[in-house]
Amino acid sequence: MSFELFLFYVFAAITVFGAARVITVSNPVFAAMFLVLTFFSTACIWMLLEAEFLAITLVLVYVGAVMVLFLFVVMMLDVNVEPLREGFVKYLPWGAAVGLLMFIEMSFLLTQRYFKAENFPIPAPSGPEYSNTKALGKLLYDEYLFQFEVAAVILLVAIVAAIALTMRRRPDTKYQKPHQQVDVKKSDRLRVVQMPSEKR
Amino acid sequence: MLDALLLLITTTLKIVAIILPLLISVAYLTLAERKVIGSMQVRVGPNRVGWKGLGQPFADLFKLLTKEVIVPTNSSRFLFLVAPVLSLAPAFAAWAVVPFTDGLVLADINAGLLYVLAMTSIGVYGVIIAGWASNSKYAFLGAMRSAAQIVAYEIAMGFALIGVLMVAGSLNLGEIVRAQEGGFFSWFLIPLFPLAVVYFISGVAETNRAPFDVAEGESEIVAGFHVDYSGMAFAVFFLAEYANMIMISVLAVVMFLGGWLSPIGFIPDGIHWFFIKTAVMLFFFLWFRATFPRYRYDQIMRLGWKVFIPVTIVWIAVVGFAIYFDIGPWFDIRSGVTG
Repeated sequence: MSFELFLFYVFAAITVFGAARVITVSNPVFAAMFLVLTFFSTACIWMLLEAEFLAITLVLVYVGAVMVLFLFVVMMLDVNVEPLREGFVKYLPWGAAVGLLMFIEMSFLLTQRYFKAENFPIPAPSGPEYSNTKALGKLLYDEYLFQFEVAAVILLVAIVAAIALTMRRRPDTKYQKPHQQVDVKKSDRLRVVQMPSEKR
Repeated sequence: MLDALLLLITTTLKIVAIILPLLISVAYLTLAERKVIGSMQVRVGPNRVGWKGLGQPFADLFKLLTKEVIVPTNSSRFLFLVAPVLSLAPAFAAWAVVPFTDGLVLADINAGLLYVLAMTSIGVYGVIIAGWASNSKYAFLGAMRSAAQIVAYEIAMGFALIGVLMVAGSLNLGEIVRAQEGGFFSWFLIPLFPLAVVYFISGVAETNRAPFDVAEGESEIVAGFHVDYSGMAFAVFFLAEYANMIMISVLAVVMFLGGWLSPIGFIPDGIHWFFIKTAVMLFFFLWFRATFPRYRYDQIMRLGWKVFIPVTIVWIAVVGFAIYFDIGPWFDIRSGVTG
């Protein structure tokens, strides 16, 4: 067993363990932390595949930004676990059916001719000069520029829609107006009064 | 197998060779902070332990080491104790890609800039987990403030780094420094001045330093996220904050101030330039703390979202046009890289 293979098994074990704990642990904050662990070890596996750009971006985007916001929300929830447990038996058949369906679909995919392991020979390791980031950039901004831009527009629309859906105009909210605050002069706030001193 | 073991041992030695001086720098940075701020406020600062107070950091360290680590009763014990480590580990891990001089770097990877950005973005977990695990309202408020602030400023910081990447044509930190060869006027500070300013101020905000230290905010929420920490656990947070300060300074030096390159062409380059520039940037951190009052929270958010992000987006467009039309002495040198 080569060192890389050993590392792969270690990271894969951590990933599976983390993913399992995400759905079995009762405290939602711990679940979010296990999801972070899962992302992180997945990034390590991608690193072994020499996909260093994707691996680092996974950590940067999902661990560094998305999960932080996720944790932010989960921490403020006051989740009572007991009522959630009550529905467990009731929803178990549905969950099992969906799980089985997914299992069948995946086994169809993985055993059919398109996704068999033989069809994907191990790529030759590229030298240290090879830049994954540059190769990816060239593909994205050259060959797939149109698709890339369309994806960007869709994301923009999603952002606008999310803001439009959640924005409520509240007329009684008081806002700071920074330009007014900056423009304030001494004479606006302070009145110097001259008065004769009192006799003792 | 033997080769792998040898590699492991040499790498570990190299890591120790980076971490040990870093720890000593952190210790003396705390002393420098107290001395500098003291002199700015016409005081002497610590001067009792050792010659001119030079033993003060170690006195502080031993005091913290011998103190009891108190775990609050209703805290989440595991996360409470893991949080300081979570904030320290990324602060150290980011050092792996820092080029001290030409070729003197632990891991010379292609995506160095991305790696650094990823590592600094993980540091926020320590703060959030600490705030939540303490089970204290002050700590939780501090964690919330810190999370919102760090996420906001990370975007401006990332955009500032995109400008550097565009001009340097590489994500490798060593390559970025080499692209600035040729004296002070070739440094990226000049063509990317707005980005450099945005980067450094965002860096101050990312490290939760004054005037952006609302996560601690002594006068509002006592000590913020680390209000319940004592002894060594607190010291680890302290260490992480200062290690992050040094990291931000080092990155500013590498990306905008030409790393190990000398400011005047005929004076030889060397690692001393790297250290001098880093020290100057660190002095700015201390100077800020002594000078500016703490920002109000909404002002921080406004500065991050409504000032810095638009500034960086505009400047990225400017750099893009300048590269496309080969304008100026800085932007034409990289035109060969695209091939």
